[in-house]
Amino acid sequence: MANMDENRIVASHLSYAYPEAERSAVKDVSMRVKKGEFLAILGHNGSGKSTLAKLFNALYVPSEGTVWVCGLDTKEDEHVFEIRQHAGMVFQNPDNQIVATVVEEDVAFGLENNGVEPALIRVRIDEALRAVNMSDHALKAPHLLSGGQKQRVAIAGVLAMKPDVIILDESTAMLDPSGRQEVMNTVHRLNDEEGISVVIITHYMGEAATADYVVVMDEGRIAMSGTPREVFTRVDEVRRLGLDVPPMTDLAHMLRADGVSVRADVLTVDEMVEEVCRLSSKI
Amino acid sequence: MLNDITLGQYFPGNSPVHRMDPRMKLILTIAYIVGVFMVSNLPGYAIALAFLYLVARVSGIRFAYLVRGIKPLRFILIFTFVLNLFFVEGETVLVSLGFFTLTLEALRNACFFAARLVFLVMGTSVLTLTTSPIQLTDGLERLMKPLQRFRFPAHELAMMMTIALRFIPTLLEETDKIKKAQMARGADFESGNLIARAKAMIPLLVPLFVSAFRRANDLAMAMEARCYRGGDHRTRLRELRYTKLDLYGLLATAAFIAIIIVEGKLLG
Repeated sequence: MANMDENRIVASHLSYAYPEAERSAVKDVSMRVKKGEFLAILGHNGSGKSTLAKLFNALYVPSEGTVWVCGLDTKEDEHVFEIRQHAGMVFQNPDNQIVATVVEEDVAFGLENNGVEPALIRVRIDEALRAVNMSDHALKAPHLLSGGQKQRVAIAGVLAMKPDVIILDESTAMLDPSGRQEVMNTVHRLNDEEGISVVIITHYMGEAATADYVVVMDEGRIAMSGTPREVFTRVDEVRRLGLDVPPMTDLAHMLRADGVSVRADVLTVDEMVEEVCRLSSKI
Repeated sequence: MLNDITLGQYFPGNSPVHRMDPRMKLILTIAYIVGVFMVSNLPGYAIALAFLYLVARVSGIRFAYLVRGIKPLRFILIFTFVLNLFFVEGETVLVSLGFFTLTLEALRNACFFAARLVFLVMGTSVLTLTTSPIQLTDGLERLMKPLQRFRFPAHELAMMMTIALRFIPTLLEETDKIKKAQMARGADFESGNLIARAKAMIPLLVPLFVSAFRRANDLAMAMEARCYRGGDHRTRLRELRYTKLDLYGLLATAAFIAIIIVEGKLLG
């Protein structure tokens, strides 16, 4: 593989069909996740985005094409556990991915599976819980935590294994707005401070807007890709794929339709404020 | 609804009994039960009671709390008591009413049988009250480990117990939610006879099972994603170690059993 130092995940002409399914859920997808990148995969239900995520850590093995995770081919059985350690995954339902009855025991789960020494497990879980701001809850029972807190425990469980990539498969979909914010802040901080690559599968445009790079899936294929600014300014195209654009981009689009000359590539509230101020200062 | 069952609940604490190794506690509990079953006269039960009281004191559990734990078992107790009363043969007749005769032996037997049950429940309660579910499953897993050589699935059993414990609150919460949702649609869980009420549970149980299977599926995927591959080469965060406390516990229980045996020999 070329340039493995820079690329965490490389997918080449990837296809996947579920057993006994007629159509492939993922068709001929080629993409990569760079070191330290924050990548968002968008798409409406059934677009193949979740399947893609599961191909990234060897939960599924491609029908055609190849996925390399940190240089390891996911088709080779002997690398499976190493791959899953490199590419940690956080799932959608916070209740259905916590195994143990105490927070710190759950964080230790992956390390225990990999046969890490008990003393080192202790160090790693303390670090991981600190990184997601859950140290105070280390000895609590998971069912007493809020949704956002549970997801942060799940992230800690992945983090304790020292991953290079964290994949969040719609991990904010079942959370309330504040829980969603907690989780997004946490992964952004891990991305900024620890340089861990992040792949988020989401249908919240606001979350995708904060990514470095966006891939839009449709019918198992990559329909659009680029920086959020590049993708979301093509408002009509995004809409045709059954997706929304971030609220502020939508607003800018409407304003422009009414003849107000704001920039078309506004993504965040701050940018919109700036634009409006720029316009009002002209008047 | 599970609030009044003492058995299986954990009372967090830091007493010597709490700090004992769960493996030792499991072994000693079994030893205690065996000891109680060897008892065959009244003074013996008094000794068993005294020993239990002592252990409860050391572990900081109120004895009254242990006694209250028997309450949910009252029907089983009465049932076995009456059964023993009627079906044990004896010579010394106390009361005779038609075909039914009550003998002294039967009364004695029924009392002792009930007492054994009570001690069994109270003894195991001390174990579960002073040992967290995690420690308990840990202890069980490690005690059963030698059996793995004979293909006994020790790790799998312990993992199943852990997951079951983990999901009890989640499923209880879900049951409550489904119940309310069905009640909002006019379901009636309270009225009618036993059969009608059992039938009314169907709209509750079906969605619950469906959701439990979905959860199981999700959990399996999540466990796989976290490198789960069974019990081989697995390490544990908490290592179990025998300490002096375990030795004291062992000695105390050994003394108890010795006294029971001697007492049994002396008093027949």
